[in-house]
Amino acid sequence: MPTFGNAQLKLLEKLTNVIGISGDEGEVRKIVIEEIKSYVDNVRVDALGNVLAIRLGRARSGKRVRVMVDAHMDEVGFFIVAEDGEGIYRFETIGGIDIRFLIGKQVFVGRDRIPGVIGGKPIHLMDGDERSRKVPLESLRIDLGPAGKANVGDRAGFATKFRRVGPSIMAKSIDDRIGVATLIELLKNAPSNIDLCAAFTVQEEIDLRGAKVAAQYFDPDLALAIDSTPAHDLPVYDGGENMSYNTKLGYGPAIYIADASTLHDPRLVRFLQETAESETIPYQFRQPGGGDTDSSAIQRSLAGIPTVSVSVPHRYTHSPVSISRVDDWKNTINLLHAALKKITPSLIAKRWTSP
Amino acid sequence: MTDILPFLKSMISVSGVSGYETPIAKIIKEKWDTLVDETSMSRVGSLHGLKKGSGKSPRPSVMIATHMDAIGMMVSKITEGFLHITKVGGIDVRVLPGAEVTVHASSGDELHGVIVMPSARLLPESVGDGVLEINYLLVDTGLTPREVEKKVRVGDLVSFANEPIDLAGDVVSGHTLDNRSSVAALTVCLEELQNKSHLWDVWAVATVQEETSYLGGYSSAFALRPQIAIAVDGTFAKGPGANGWQTFPLGKGVGLCMGPNMHPFLHKKLKELADKLEIPWFLDVAPSHSGTDAYPMQVTAEGIPTALIDFPIRYMHTPVESVAVKDIQRAGRLLAEFIASLEADFVETIIWE
Repeated sequence: MPTFGNAQLKLLEKLTNVIGISGDEGEVRKIVIEEIKSYVDNVRVDALGNVLAIRLGRARSGKRVRVMVDAHMDEVGFFIVAEDGEGIYRFETIGGIDIRFLIGKQVFVGRDRIPGVIGGKPIHLMDGDERSRKVPLESLRIDLGPAGKANVGDRAGFATKFRRVGPSIMAKSIDDRIGVATLIELLKNAPSNIDLCAAFTVQEEIDLRGAKVAAQYFDPDLALAIDSTPAHDLPVYDGGENMSYNTKLGYGPAIYIADASTLHDPRLVRFLQETAESETIPYQFRQPGGGDTDSSAIQRSLAGIPTVSVSVPHRYTHSPVSISRVDDWKNTINLLHAALKKITPSLIAKRWTSP
Repeated sequence: MTDILPFLKSMISVSGVSGYETPIAKIIKEKWDTLVDETSMSRVGSLHGLKKGSGKSPRPSVMIATHMDAIGMMVSKITEGFLHITKVGGIDVRVLPGAEVTVHASSGDELHGVIVMPSARLLPESVGDGVLEINYLLVDTGLTPREVEKKVRVGDLVSFANEPIDLAGDVVSGHTLDNRSSVAALTVCLEELQNKSHLWDVWAVATVQEETSYLGGYSSAFALRPQIAIAVDGTFAKGPGANGWQTFPLGKGVGLCMGPNMHPFLHKKLKELADKLEIPWFLDVAPSHSGTDAYPMQVTAEGIPTALIDFPIRYMHTPVESVAVKDIQRAGRLLAEFIASLEADFVETIIWE
């Protein structure tokens, strides 16, 4: 098992504290390249900004399976679109952000991380009716202060700081920096039976654009997308049983079977399950349902690529503060590491069999 | 003039939800102890600082009221380790989702938490993706249900936890600038008075429970019986979503408020003084009730001539209230100059036209 401790948490802290909105992932890219460069045989930044790295195995060529492991570097956020004057700017959201999260938040704008706030009208100046209506995006502004200056085109993100709380971490962009950190750890501890093709992708939150070209570049035998999926494991308002939790914190890595756009490769699903059981690593199946990951784009690339996804569960997707359990992350790294080590050409050479 | 910003930031880094002002009172007391002759606590927890005048005893006194309490929340129920909350003071529920908070647990722990919206699938269909009333919002501390149940009890306080930040152009942003920025203005006043002589006694008062009942304003005015009283509070700054007649430009001066809640003579004197000192000011009007400690002080005992000095705060009652440091200093200086200008017989000159 790869070592897991303070160094890994420090890496995740660094990755979640920087801002990398879809299409502007530079800050994450820098950290990734710095972390992996001495462990890989080759690393390149492609036309879209993906970081694509290969760490070759030591088994005889031809015996080594080419495994693509993917994690997306981008996060949801904001894009400055117009200036109102006196340090006040209009913005659009990038990726699926619920605008109910925005009032009263601190943000950083641009590569220089200029501090700003998204304010709201004082409650004293509203009637009751207004208070029960959602504030539309067109009424919200990013305020940098009267002398503040940003540029149209600048990206902005939540100013949330990573923190440890009990068994959990609280941070922005756990989706998917926790996947990025996992992939970095896997590269550092790559087993020698495979060629590990690491894809740190861009623009997942806006159509899975990076993963598509990354898969086409690597042309792998099989692929694994590491993401972070919502845990809706909160109480139901009327005290009823929660039947649609998606995943639960504390129950280990979430293996995908089916989501809105992908039926994950059953051989790989079974393989991950068997690996977890033989290694006694806790795991859970993500409830089949909505959502998608880079798997969707990868599976459909080229002549088709057997693909599966594994996620570290988190609560409060695409919000200023998400929460994950440290143990779920550790178990995700362990499961994926154990699985990579067990991959042989026969895994996907197997013909389809009915369950 | 000293830099008041570090003290202001230290004040908005601690809690002091209405009714539970002890943490903030301690910080203010520590500062005021260096600036006044004596400090004491009122029966209900307001902080009184007395700076004695140089006039003949018995001296008249002026009370300056700045409330130190803050809006916040309170734990109302615990379900599976998630905290249900209720409001303390006037909170727009729409500022809550995603807000980082401190849960002041009965166990003595300060737990970091975040206010969350359960996803639509866990809520009644009628709520959907609309505004979630506070009974649907939860606080997640990241702890296991067992740990939460060991530490937290119904009634525990929840306060905003975001750290203050500096915005470009001498503006500070954070929670509780309403009304810690006025406490800062009063502190500037006390600092200015170190090098000025004044005949009157000055009661610097950090009041409690302004946001809920004006308890501090009523009780301290009654206990101290000042000859005149001045409240310092925030008014509304112009900004996104706020451009009506009640709003004023940020950083362009202090507000001198007039209306039935204020004595016209005091208002006039403050205007004349501000003009003389070339302190930029604007006329703020409160057609009925000012919604500040000026109200309880005015109607205490036999009635007290009262004035209100304010300055604009942007995004009031959100966790990102923003204020211009210059305005705080202006208000402090105007207060100090006004106090220094009070003649021994000033009370007798207060007239109704």
